[in-house]
Amino acid sequence: MDPGTQGQWPPIKDIAAKVQSGELKAADLVEQALEAIADNKEYDAIIATTGGRARERAKDIDARAAKGQEIGRLAGVPFIAKDNFLVYGAETTAASNILKGFNAPYQATAVNKLEAEGAICVAKANLDAFAHGSSTENSDFFTTKNPYDMARVPGGSSGGSAAAVALQMAPFATGTDTGSSIRLPAAFCGVVGFKPTYGLVSRSGVVAMASSLDVIGPLARNVEDAALVLDVIAGRDNLDSTTIEKDPRPYTDLSFDLKGVKIGILKEYMDDSIAPGIKTQLQQAIDKLRAAGANITEVSIPSMPLSLAVYYILCPAEVSSNLSRYDGQRYGYTYPEAKDLEESYSQSRGRGFGKEAKRRIMIGTYVLSSGYYDAYYKRAQTVRTKLMQEFETAFSKVDFMVGAVSPTGPFKIGEKASDPLAMYLADLFMAGANLAGIPSISIPAGINDNLPVGLQLMAPQRADRDLLALAKQAEELLA
Amino acid sequence: MAKLTREDVLKLARLARLELSDAEIEEFSQELSDILQYVEQLQKIDTGDLKPTNQVTGLTNVTRRDEVRDYGYDPADLLKNVPEVKDNQIKVKRMLG
Repeated sequence: MDPGTQGQWPPIKDIAAKVQSGELKAADLVEQALEAIADNKEYDAIIATTGGRARERAKDIDARAAKGQEIGRLAGVPFIAKDNFLVYGAETTAASNILKGFNAPYQATAVNKLEAEGAICVAKANLDAFAHGSSTENSDFFTTKNPYDMARVPGGSSGGSAAAVALQMAPFATGTDTGSSIRLPAAFCGVVGFKPTYGLVSRSGVVAMASSLDVIGPLARNVEDAALVLDVIAGRDNLDSTTIEKDPRPYTDLSFDLKGVKIGILKEYMDDSIAPGIKTQLQQAIDKLRAAGANITEVSIPSMPLSLAVYYILCPAEVSSNLSRYDGQRYGYTYPEAKDLEESYSQSRGRGFGKEAKRRIMIGTYVLSSGYYDAYYKRAQTVRTKLMQEFETAFSKVDFMVGAVSPTGPFKIGEKASDPLAMYLADLFMAGANLAGIPSISIPAGINDNLPVGLQLMAPQRADRDLLALAKQAEELLA
Repeated sequence: MAKLTREDVLKLARLARLELSDAEIEEFSQELSDILQYVEQLQKIDTGDLKPTNQVTGLTNVTRRDEVRDYGYDPADLLKNVPEVKDNQIKVKRMLG
C-alpha cells in the first residue's frame, strides 16, 4: 500500500450528519465503498459483496432523510461484516467450505443494531475458517494480503476486516476476538481494533467458536469511530444470555484526564522476545504517555506464560462442542453418497471441514474425553482462575496495563503454515485478555521496517469506556 | 503423555464423527502429540484449592419464562438451507443398517 493514495473516509459521525442533512447521499457512499473494494481486489480481503441489498437500503435511507426523518447515528455509513456474522439474505460462510452456499435465515443482533442506526453492510470479509487462526491462511477460500506488504499476512482471524479498513473500503468493519482475532490483525494492518469486556456485545447470529472466550468488536481507523460503533452494538440481548448491561454513560464520552492515571507496563508483554525495533517503538509510546502526566510503573502477572496453554485446551474443547452442529443434515455441506446417517455425519464433516477445524475438533475431543477431562479441561479452567486472580491483583495497583500486541510484525505468507504450534504462539500476548474477560485494544504505534506496530492497552472488566478514553489520548500523543 | 498412536487418532475421529484420510491420520498423530505436550505444562502448576472458572463476568442461572416467543423467523427461510426436505420436514439417511 502506498499510504496517502487511498480515498479517505471522513469521521463516521460526520458522514452520518451529512447523510442526514442531504449533503452526502448514502447511495454515493455505497458506490464509493464498492469501488474501493473492486480497486483493491488483489488483496483478497473480501469474500462477497452485498451490493444489491446495500443499494436498496441506501435508496431507502436517502428517501427518508429527504423527508426529514431521523435516520440514526450511523446514517448511510457503509461497513464490512466479517463473514461469520449472519446478514439476512446474504451468504454467510465463515470462510469454510462446509458453510458454502449457506443463506442466512436470520440476522446477527449486532448487524440489526448497526442497521437500526442507518449503517449499510456492503461486503463480507475473509477470515480464517470459523475464525481459527492468526493469519487468514486457514480460510478455506484464499489468504488475505497485508496492505503494507502483499507477501505478508494481515493477521487473523479478522484479517479481511482489518485489511478492508486499512484499504479504506469502508469506515469500519466488524470482527470477533476469541484469543487475538480483532487485535492482532488491527496491529498488523495499522488500524484500531477493540475487544470489549466479555458479554458486552451480543453474539446472537455470529458463528460460535469458543463460547467462554468469544467477543464481538469493531475495527476502525480511529478510536472515536470504534467507540461510536461499540456504543451502538453494546448491551443486553434476550437472544444471548451471556450479555451484560452497557455502561449508562455513553462509550462515545471520551473525556479523560491522563494526569496521575496509573498505567502498568505488563512485564510479561514487554519481555526480550519482542523484536528490538518494535520494542523501541513501544517504549517511545510509553514515554509519551509518561511525559503527558501518566504515572507509569511495572506490573507482573506471573502465570501469564501459561495463558496460551490454558487457551489451547479451553478453545479447542469449546470448538469441538460448537462445531458438532455441522452434521450435514440441517444446513451446510452434505455428502450425497452416504448409505446411512452415521456415514452421512462422518463423511459430511470429514469432507466439509478444513484442516484447522479438524485439528481443533480432534484436540477438543481428546481433552474432553472420559479419563482426560480432569487432567486437561478442568485443570485449564482452574489455572484460568489463578490467572484471573493475578489480573485482579495487578489491577489493584494500576488503572490500566500496557504491552506489545505481538512479539513480531506481520509474518510472511507460508512462514508458519506448516507448523500449527508456531502459529498458535502468535497469540501469546493476546489470549490473556480473553481468559480474564477484560477489554483490550490495539492502536497503531508507528512503523517498524515499513510495517505497522500495535500497542496493546488493557483495563479491568467493564472499564471499556475508560479504556477507549485512554486509547484516544494515546492516539493523539502518537499521531 | 506419549505420542498419540494411529489407533488413538482413529478412536478420537470416531468419537468426533470425522472421517480422516490416511495422510491426515499420520499428520495428526504427530501434530496433536506436539500440541498436547505443549499444554501439559499445566500439570505441574500448583493450583491449591482454587475452583475452575466457567463464566468470567459472574453471571449465574440466566433464565427466562418458559413460553413460546415469536422471533419472526420464516420457516421457509429456515428450511431453504436443508439438504433434503420432505413434507416441510428434514429428511435424514436411515439410521439402522
